Amino acid sequence: MPLLTQDQARELLKKVLAYSKADECEVNISFGQNANIRYARNAVSTSGSIGQSSLVVSSAYGKKLGIATINEFDDASLEKVVRRSEELAQLAPENPEYMPMLGPQQYAASSKTWDEGTAAIDAKYRADAVEQSLKISKDSGLTAAGFLEDSRGFSAMMNSKGLFAYNTNTRVNFNVTVRTEDGKGSGYASKGFTDVSKLDVAAATSVAAQKAKGSAEARAIEPGKYTVILEPAAAIVLLENLLYSMDARSADEGRSFLSKPGGTTRLGEKLMDERVTIYSDPQNPELPTAPWNGDGRPQEKVTWIDKGSIRNLPYSRFWAQKKGVKAVPFPDGFIMEGGSQSLEQLIAGTEKGVLVTRLWYIREVDPQSLLLTGLTRDGTFYIENGKIKFPIKNFRFNESPVIMLNNLDALGIPQRTVSGESNSHALIPPMRIRDFTFSSLSDAV
Amino acid sequence: MKRRDFLYFSGLGAAGSILPGFTTMGNIIRPEQALEPGIDVAQKKRLADVALNAARSKGATYTDVRIGRYLNQFVVTREEKVENIVNTESFGMGIRVIANGSWGFAATDQLDNDSIAKAAAMAVSIAKENARLLKEPVQLAPQKGYGEVSWKTPIEKNAFEVPIKEKVDLLLGVSDAAMKAGANYITSLLFLVNEQKYFASTDGSYIEQDIHRIWPAFFITKIDAATGKFETRNSLSAPSGMGYEYLSAKPQDKIKSVTTLYKKSYDMLEDARLAGAQAGEKLKAKSVEPGKYDLILDPSHLWLTIHESVGHPTELDRVLGYEANFAGTSFLTLDKWQTKKFNFGNKLVNIKADRLQPGSLGAMGYDDEGVKCGQWDLIKDGVLVNYQVIRDQAHILGLNASQGCCYADSWSSVQFQRMPNVSLQPGREKKSIDDLIKGVEKGIYIIGDGSFSIDQQRYNFQFGGQLFYEIKNGKIAGMLKDVAYQSNTQEFWNSCAGIADESDYRLGGAFGDGKGQPMQSNAVSHGSATTHFKNVNVINTARKIG
Repeated sequence: MPLLTQDQARELLKKVLAYSKADECEVNISFGQNANIRYARNAVSTSGSIGQSSLVVSSAYGKKLGIATINEFDDASLEKVVRRSEELAQLAPENPEYMPMLGPQQYAASSKTWDEGTAAIDAKYRADAVEQSLKISKDSGLTAAGFLEDSRGFSAMMNSKGLFAYNTNTRVNFNVTVRTEDGKGSGYASKGFTDVSKLDVAAATSVAAQKAKGSAEARAIEPGKYTVILEPAAAIVLLENLLYSMDARSADEGRSFLSKPGGTTRLGEKLMDERVTIYSDPQNPELPTAPWNGDGRPQEKVTWIDKGSIRNLPYSRFWAQKKGVKAVPFPDGFIMEGGSQSLEQLIAGTEKGVLVTRLWYIREVDPQSLLLTGLTRDGTFYIENGKIKFPIKNFRFNESPVIMLNNLDALGIPQRTVSGESNSHALIPPMRIRDFTFSSLSDAV
Repeated sequence: MKRRDFLYFSGLGAAGSILPGFTTMGNIIRPEQALEPGIDVAQKKRLADVALNAARSKGATYTDVRIGRYLNQFVVTREEKVENIVNTESFGMGIRVIANGSWGFAATDQLDNDSIAKAAAMAVSIAKENARLLKEPVQLAPQKGYGEVSWKTPIEKNAFEVPIKEKVDLLLGVSDAAMKAGANYITSLLFLVNEQKYFASTDGSYIEQDIHRIWPAFFITKIDAATGKFETRNSLSAPSGMGYEYLSAKPQDKIKSVTTLYKKSYDMLEDARLAGAQAGEKLKAKSVEPGKYDLILDPSHLWLTIHESVGHPTELDRVLGYEANFAGTSFLTLDKWQTKKFNFGNKLVNIKADRLQPGSLGAMGYDDEGVKCGQWDLIKDGVLVNYQVIRDQAHILGLNASQGCCYADSWSSVQFQRMPNVSLQPGREKKSIDDLIKGVEKGIYIIGDGSFSIDQQRYNFQFGGQLFYEIKNGKIAGMLKDVAYQSNTQEFWNSCAGIADESDYRLGGAFGDGKGQPMQSNAVSHGSATTHFKNVNVINTARKIG
């Protein structure tokens, strides 16, 4: 299927809704063309391109909901998928948590989630990008493994109550790991943008190459509590676990780090350093995201953590109604306010500490305190008197992002970064943290 | 299931509606549509030949074609409510070629001659574009064509044929049993998979396979409102390469220990009842004193330690560096294998790779590049002796054939090296769980899998669990909580002090083993009997916030 314009999408969705006989009907349509190239051992390994489209029809009779999907768009198929969703709704048990569909919504003007340059990326662009990256690794006598992926698509929805939403999006992600030939050094860089003109594959590869060379001959230092500087690619994997564990219902039910004795929650409480402010804003020019979410709710600017206090929790529509509060959805990306220092200035201002490039294999150990574990990877260095002194062996950490953000020491300038665990994007500053808990050493490079 | 979807499931206890994740798995269909036969084998052969011929005419020197129909069913309940009943179907063709010595891949869900020819041409053009970035041409181990053959998972009862009502009744019964036993919240699910795969290659194979898997699971939370503390207990089931018969519990498959443990069939109601009570006991359990302990690890726990510390580092693509940017490399480098004496573990440790074991998730007749599946040693008497290999890697080890480890999670994903079942062999001497516990002065008995994390070369790991029991002077002395152990792979497997005999041998496993960019998931089982490890570092995971 081609990428539909707003008018084309509206016409198609109207046509689907015209087939509906249910009490309520909602149609979501999406299309994405995703392409990628992968390389390792200084040569290309796999590459592919796949286009996927999906039309999802939700039909409801009373509190009985049926959902059917299809990826063919001729009239007969459209009618068939509506009928199938209606049959499934008739067969479904009544859902006591069913929420009537939303009426027309006001969305902010579409943020800049689409870029023509990104949409035009082709096989030659991808191969050229890999060639640039490989030139740097080969010229330095290093070995690179990396991945470039790009996507373009649109999504739209309409329902029988008059709601209509439409958005287009592009994204490009590039990440690379450069290693020394003897396997003793490894460096990493990761970038992601809506607008491909901001992507500099050579610069990212050079950073990874420098870290690879600089991290060989790592020394072991004792595990324990250290001042750390987390680069944005390291911080994002901890912060995303914090943000996505803030669900209001879990907190109210008593099974989240935000639950308190007696059935109350920590909403409104100050849990972190007052320099910690985390919000989401679909209109942010550095991290534009869709102005609506998958169930049609507007995505607005929301402050989640305000000067260290828990300000807002995300709600499902059912739970918000039950609690009589506004149904604020989970955000598509998040932004943490920073300071004015560069990473270099943060290092220069550190008496003794550890610079962390990347954290890996993050898993929740205890949902009650949000204790997480994982390891440093691809460039870990010891800092003394404001200078990087020597590379150190990797550590396992056991730390809660709540405790970590309480021990905040300094913040740098936020940058758009991509999670190496979930692929989600955020705008995050590098940060210096006191007393970060490393619990054991790892021999991994 | 991609890793993000997996997280979605593991976070089920906290999540609201889980439907959005399903639409990425294919089209949503009616349950009975899953039982419709799909296109017949003669037509599949005709479509495959269209692709093989189109690729050849564009200059491919090798082509394989996979026509896949992937069916899933999810039944999800929460407390006394049905959360979701969803059936999905995904159907299409993936075409992989070698042209100018380079791999190329394209996939299509439109199976008319024109679309197939276009996809084949795109795969060849990608291969040719990328050939300039090669160091050396792809070398494929020779593989004879098998002609027209087929293979089916030996199931007794197709789970897709069981009425939805029966499944909903089972899960609501599970909720009821757990809540009566004291649970505050429970989410339960049945996750069924049927992969109907057709493979054809220019080697002359036309292989039809029908693969079934089932995963029943629940996630329980118990809250102490007064203190604000809460504990969870997940099911002790094993995702299995079986039909619905897995849920007909047989007495001979039950092992009575501190809780009931299950072999080849699973009593979900009984486990839920026990779990509801155990979640309450966990709230009152003693917080562990950190230090060195002997560990007695149940197969429902040990499978995950085997998966992470043995399964992944013996993947040859990791060893060679193909996963360096994401999943990581491996400490089991080729030079260690070449010495023929690298002591991965002590002499008690024998670990086999296997794609045949009945009931396992990795069982299949042929892999996704047309290689007949088999079994081989990875660790023999403690020594690293082999890896997991596919066709374009065999020459690196001096092998003249692949070991059949190639797999793709969809027709639309390119196949690559994935883990077969990797299992610890049971002890040769007669030994029970009780015999192992009797030999421990200060230890912890761990049942069920919990939090897991390991570094990118598979040295340093940390594992939690579901149930922890203190062992003092050969006897169980009560429940513990806040337990996780940390170790180093080689040190850990060299601390093995005893393995129960084969009467205790059981499988565990996962549907969502993630690797590759873009990420693909693999289903794999790991067998073991209860095993004793000496002097392992145990940490206390309790923290206080706010």
